[in-house]
Amino acid sequence: MSDQERTSGVSSGRMPGPAPDERPQPEGRRNLEGHRIDPVVEAEHDSRRAVISALVEDEPGVLARVSGLVSRRQFNIESLTVGPTTVEGHSRITMVVEETDPGIDQIEKQMAKLKPVISVGEVSGSAVTSELVLLKVHGEEPDKVHAIAEMYDGEALDAGPETITVQLTGDESKIDDAIDAFDQFGIIEIARTGQTALARGNIPTAPGEKPGTAGEPTTPTQ
Amino acid sequence: MSDSAAHQREDDPDAEPASGPADADGPDTAEPAGEENRPDGELTEVSTGAESVVAALEAAGAKTAFGVQGGAIMPVYDALYGSSIRHLTMAHEQGAAHAADAYGVVSGEPGLCLATSGPGATNLVTGIADADMDSDAMLALTGQVPTEFVGNDAFQETDTVGVTRPITKHNYFAGDADSVGDVVGEAFALSTVGRPGPTLVDLPKDVTLDDTEETPKAAEAPAGTDPDPYAREDAVEAAARAIEDADRPLCLFGGGVIKAEASEAAREFARTYEIPVTTTMPGIGSFPEDDELSLSWAGMHGTGYANMAITHTDCLIAVGTRFDDRLTGGIDTFAPEAEVVHVDIDPAEISKNVYADYPLVGDAGTVLDQLFEAIHGAPEADEWREQCREWKETYPMTYATPEDEPLKPQFVVEAFDEATDDDTIVTTGVGQHQMWASQFWTYTEPRTWVSSHGLGTMGYGVPAAIGARVAADTMGEPDRDVVCFDGDGSFLMTMQELSVAVRENLDITFAVLNNEYIGMVRQWQDAFFEGRHMASDYNWMPEFDKLAEAFGALGIRVDGYDEVAPAVEEALAYDGPAVIDFHVDPEENVLPMVPSGGANGRFALAEDQL
Repeated sequence: MSDQERTSGVSSGRMPGPAPDERPQPEGRRNLEGHRIDPVVEAEHDSRRAVISALVEDEPGVLARVSGLVSRRQFNIESLTVGPTTVEGHSRITMVVEETDPGIDQIEKQMAKLKPVISVGEVSGSAVTSELVLLKVHGEEPDKVHAIAEMYDGEALDAGPETITVQLTGDESKIDDAIDAFDQFGIIEIARTGQTALARGNIPTAPGEKPGTAGEPTTPTQ
Repeated sequence: MSDSAAHQREDDPDAEPASGPADADGPDTAEPAGEENRPDGELTEVSTGAESVVAALEAAGAKTAFGVQGGAIMPVYDALYGSSIRHLTMAHEQGAAHAADAYGVVSGEPGLCLATSGPGATNLVTGIADADMDSDAMLALTGQVPTEFVGNDAFQETDTVGVTRPITKHNYFAGDADSVGDVVGEAFALSTVGRPGPTLVDLPKDVTLDDTEETPKAAEAPAGTDPDPYAREDAVEAAARAIEDADRPLCLFGGGVIKAEASEAAREFARTYEIPVTTTMPGIGSFPEDDELSLSWAGMHGTGYANMAITHTDCLIAVGTRFDDRLTGGIDTFAPEAEVVHVDIDPAEISKNVYADYPLVGDAGTVLDQLFEAIHGAPEADEWREQCREWKETYPMTYATPEDEPLKPQFVVEAFDEATDDDTIVTTGVGQHQMWASQFWTYTEPRTWVSSHGLGTMGYGVPAAIGARVAADTMGEPDRDVVCFDGDGSFLMTMQELSVAVRENLDITFAVLNNEYIGMVRQWQDAFFEGRHMASDYNWMPEFDKLAEAFGALGIRVDGYDEVAPAVEEALAYDGPAVIDFHVDPEENVLPMVPSGGANGRFALAEDQL
């Protein structure tokens, strides 16, 4: 920089140019999800429940990778189940999340980036979902407990003079109703597996997954 | 474990050279310790896991490693004895990680760093996180206690895979000697495919010591990790129409442009359609800042004209950027009237922070070529270009140099820029000096700006300069200058790496912009905390010029304007590391400034506007 420039009349600690209030500012805005509000009608997203299914390589730490991702990015998760498939070395992870549509999109995309994740996607709304629940209630009224268990296709796995442990399976609304019904006996302990899910009919549960036919294992096409 | 591993390999009659495409041309200036070196690309027979690790690295084309020795990594170091890979011992593992990171930024090849288990591995963590945030390709190899002790809280045991899981692209725990070479090769390759990032392999000592005769396979990234470089044709067509129809188009080139080696394509794109260009900070160098179309970089401390343009554009063509909050400011006021064309290799970045009206998932260069094919006519934007030119005149990047005030740091940056060539590599720490180094230096070439962006790691500058210097030397470009701008606070964090620069006689000039404050914090305290300088006053610093001399480097102290040019000249001419301690104005602020979460278009030009 020359001496001439060094004495160009700029004052210390102040750059030249109109102050913020003197500048033209656009009228448009974006919402928190980065959508333009104007001229497009503001798109507000409500959160909703979504079941996400992922086929993963069954290697050490895969569950930690998925759960770590969910916690680090502050995704709202209700349950997560994991279990082997009929393909050796492959597992299926099923997650129930409560998120906005862009949030669900992010979960899928971020999970897809994990190396052991072979395929991931949201299971369509018409999927078959089920959960297994064990609940332990007070055993003073065994007949009534058994009657209610029967009402919900449940099964008593352990019955003693003080407690009865019942197993229930079913979709979310059925489980919720059953738990309400058992509440009258006093629920001592409860253990829930969380929802697991498969797509109906020939729809693949995870994208690219080829539905297995009789005698053949489910195979991802990737 | 054999103690003559290197000799066994050298004597191997079957070890004939395979093709070495990575090193087919260009001189190899590495100076390995061994007497006889195998060419890169060769897959040698091995006898231990550690030899398999080194063989895999050599075959993958690794030329340089930065690291620190230690118990659990000793077998790997032993296997490096006599390897073609040049190893530089660093003073601290954090320095090794930053040096490897910067080596990768400058060379375009993954950096390589090594550390032992426990504290060695945890000391790498900052550098790995830094590379992860900036999407830099890097491979970290860590020693681990023998497999049978893992989980028992053995001496120097840390769950390295667990600790680094969220800050790596992927990490591995090596299971056995037979496969360890393949795993290392895969990790090396994975770091570069698609969106680059750091990978790590944790190496239990028994795995590296165990016998194996399995020669590692050629390094290959796992199936499904190398994405399709082409964007969907219909999306390209739609984006092309939006660009043609734009009244106020603006290019925003991010670090992804440089990583994808797409700077040429980006330049041609902007110039062909005469679209003004702003960059992100990591995108500095993707487009020459002395070009008429350049508006320099946008964001918190970006130029006024870049922030005006990004606020008023109606079509933002964003390439290889993740819309960091330091770029966008408040999302509600970011490019609020712009349709966004977003080109990125990582689909997860699309609409993550800013909604993409035209998502183009693919390789930056490839997608720009696709757009070239699809665009039939340049947008009519004469008025807009004129407006951008006016903004450049209205909000010039300038500063005052009153006689009665101390030396201004911006002047030092400009003095170095004038005294050096365009291919000079600049590294920085984090803070005010980093902003001045990016604002008042005119960058024209990719891979000349090496900084810590996403993580904002103070202390990055010194080890990064070492990595950059070694990279330039390895690439056969020893005449390029390397200048590290650092702050006093930042410099103090990693200055022990000066010992490495002295030991290796690395030609680097370290310019400490010493304002006796942790200056960016001081600036924020003045603006937002009523001037209470809690823990930001750094007037207890050592005399850096004397400290440099104690290390064996050239040390110079500068206090006034007249001393700047001679000191710069002397330091640049000095063959080896030189430190200039510039005592600059402690009260100088970085301007313009968009306050955190504020509107880019409302950047402050003085502290009282914040």
